[in-house]
Amino acid sequence: MMNTETEIAKNSLAKESLAKQGQAKSGFNFDYSPAPESTDILKLKKKYDLFIGGKFVAPTEGKYFKTTNPATEQTIAEVAEASAADVDLAVQAARKAYEKVWSKTSGAERGRYLFRIARIMQERARELAVLETIDNGKPIKETRDVDIPLAANHFFYYAGWADKLDYAYPGKQVSPLGVAGQVIPWNFPLLMAAWKIAPALATGNTVVLKPAETTPLTALLLAEIIQQAGLPEGVVNIVTGFGPTGAEIVNHKDVNKVAFTGSTEVGKIIARSTAGTNKKLTLELGGKSANIVYEDAAIDQAVEGIVNGIYFNQGHVCCAGSRLLVEESVASEVLSALRARMANIRVGDPLDKNTDMGAINSAGELSKINCIVDRAKEDNLEFFEASATELPTKGYFRKPCYFNNVSASDAIFRKEVFGPVLSVTTFRTPQEAIQKANDTNYGLAAGVWSEKASKVQMTARHLKAGVVWGNTYNKLDPASPFGGYFESGWGREGGRHGLYAYLEVK
Amino acid sequence: MLQVSKTIKLFIGGKFPRTESGRSFPIHFKDSEQIYANICQGSRKDMRNAVEVAKAALPSWSGYTAFLRSQILYRMAEMLEGKRLEVTSILESVQGFDSKQANTNVDEAISALLYYAGFADKYAQVMGSMNPVSGPFHNFTVPEPVGVVGLVYDEDEFSLGQLMAELSAIICSGNTTVVLLNPQASCVLAPIAEVFATSDLPGGVINLISCHVGELLGHFSRHMEVNSMTCMGVEQEELYELKQQAVENMKRVVPAQKEKHSLENITKFTEYKTIWHTVGV
Repeated sequence: MMNTETEIAKNSLAKESLAKQGQAKSGFNFDYSPAPESTDILKLKKKYDLFIGGKFVAPTEGKYFKTTNPATEQTIAEVAEASAADVDLAVQAARKAYEKVWSKTSGAERGRYLFRIARIMQERARELAVLETIDNGKPIKETRDVDIPLAANHFFYYAGWADKLDYAYPGKQVSPLGVAGQVIPWNFPLLMAAWKIAPALATGNTVVLKPAETTPLTALLLAEIIQQAGLPEGVVNIVTGFGPTGAEIVNHKDVNKVAFTGSTEVGKIIARSTAGTNKKLTLELGGKSANIVYEDAAIDQAVEGIVNGIYFNQGHVCCAGSRLLVEESVASEVLSALRARMANIRVGDPLDKNTDMGAINSAGELSKINCIVDRAKEDNLEFFEASATELPTKGYFRKPCYFNNVSASDAIFRKEVFGPVLSVTTFRTPQEAIQKANDTNYGLAAGVWSEKASKVQMTARHLKAGVVWGNTYNKLDPASPFGGYFESGWGREGGRHGLYAYLEVK
Repeated sequence: MLQVSKTIKLFIGGKFPRTESGRSFPIHFKDSEQIYANICQGSRKDMRNAVEVAKAALPSWSGYTAFLRSQILYRMAEMLEGKRLEVTSILESVQGFDSKQANTNVDEAISALLYYAGFADKYAQVMGSMNPVSGPFHNFTVPEPVGVVGLVYDEDEFSLGQLMAELSAIICSGNTTVVLLNPQASCVLAPIAEVFATSDLPGGVINLISCHVGELLGHFSRHMEVNSMTCMGVEQEELYELKQQAVENMKRVVPAQKEKHSLENITKFTEYKTIWHTVGV
């Protein structure tokens, strides 16, 4: 697949002018027939309740909200909106489970539950993938090959840690914190749930988790899986709702640990509201990550990396390579290859197995992205959009685009867009590349492209970012710690380092 | 003959400037009206200057090999040993320590320097990792210094061992630091600054500001170039307020040491960087 795409990119380099004129399709002798994934595998309910104390229960105030398919704008189901009273019940259930059961369950036994959850996720992987795609809008190709396998693998990875915590901090004593309150975003709904729940359970904590309001369904299917796995009641509680529900969890006095993934803006509110408490806090926040392409990079691969860096998951990625820094000597070559490649990005039905970019997660997000793009256009920056790409008439879609010759003071270079919008600028020396890459309040990730390994390592060493990808981008793995410097957050998730967020080390 | 007494000034960027504010506060000999010294009362501007030089010193200090940082910390221990008499005499006459207490303080400070000298080139081996990811990638995690660290020392009962342990833990990984010292602790500012100034420690790695801590604390916690902070001897309520102010640039406010010799004293001032690289032909 990758090779074919690289070939296409190569071919289209020569035919770029055609692509520009909107003849991308006619430049080739083939087109993709629709290859839709069936939704028959889903057994959707009309209404989803809260998962508290091992049971699905109706919200006390009886309120429900709709979750829609962003690709069709149709309502999928109604989901319970948890009130303060519901959150309190969930925390109580988690506390009870912690005191009575989970803190007394051996590491080996906890591990077995996690292994079992991982296995059932694998067994029901396609169901999870389809559900994620219709609730989130991301292509089935990604949910099937990335989100769901990684989520299951995360449980599998941390399962093995549960009885080996003594090896994580040799010579130290470790103990769980108690009840963990976790609030996650909509960009990788199930994967983020796995990132939060798996290490918490492995270390002996119990959980109250709130999925995002636009993507609650896979977390609720995970609740079903957890039930099926026979996890003791109350060890995991899942409450759905909006920001205020999340705030109730974060500010609940019987919560010992808060973990949040989302915007820096909300992260700061949470950091302030927990400042006067002894809650342990980890935050995985925004980014404006640099993707550096040196002149000695393998250009075709770098172009794939740029595309994967910013257009993967519609650009709804906290670590997206949203700032492309390209060495001046190859800038026009790289950009011309990029334009050709962008013309071949298939935007459309997320359920189609050939789709590269699905729907923007919500109407609100789409208008936010459009606003930022319109504002940047007013700055008279060079703008490119894959104009020939046809968007579906229904649903929230956006063509991939970039702004060129962006300077460090432009808003588009500094502000996180969280959409398929790339900012491009050039550099002449490695020092300049490093300085520009580090010129941000964030510090989540970065990419470096060069065929010279020592140059990649030198650059990586000087970049102030929690994750640096050398000749690749947006790779995630349960064994690999993830998290940022500066305003990109506190702490790491994944790997041995991810355990620390859920342990007291004495 | 009349003794020549030393003017005690601030220590910023490897130099010994007076406070720009021109202010000072007296420190007395223990249980006496007699003044030991008029000490600079550091101002907000002094603090900001110190942060600036600490930031400027960061690339070079964190770029030193870990082994070299280790040797410099060891050199600091050597220099402190050479200043034992001066330090103990101050601790005795100003803090009122008996000779044994004063010597224990210096012993503890030297032990801390040695302990963290030894850790400078080892903590990354202990806390870093090679991560076996699923795919053709070399993937490893290394701890790195967090940047400019603010150390607030406002203990009523001064302990040189405690102060030096926190300081050595901060700098051994490559951080630079600005230290706010309360009047209690300021009595030893001169000799310890002279230790730092003569140990091949680059200027700006450690900056010492004698001050009324309460006056500068809020400005310190709100400073956008301070990346992490820890407070010793600061009241819980004040600490909560400070943590709120620190959120502006997502400063890491970390708890003060529980024990003098601990790996955690180093790691709390580090960030983890994970590097992926493709493996193939």
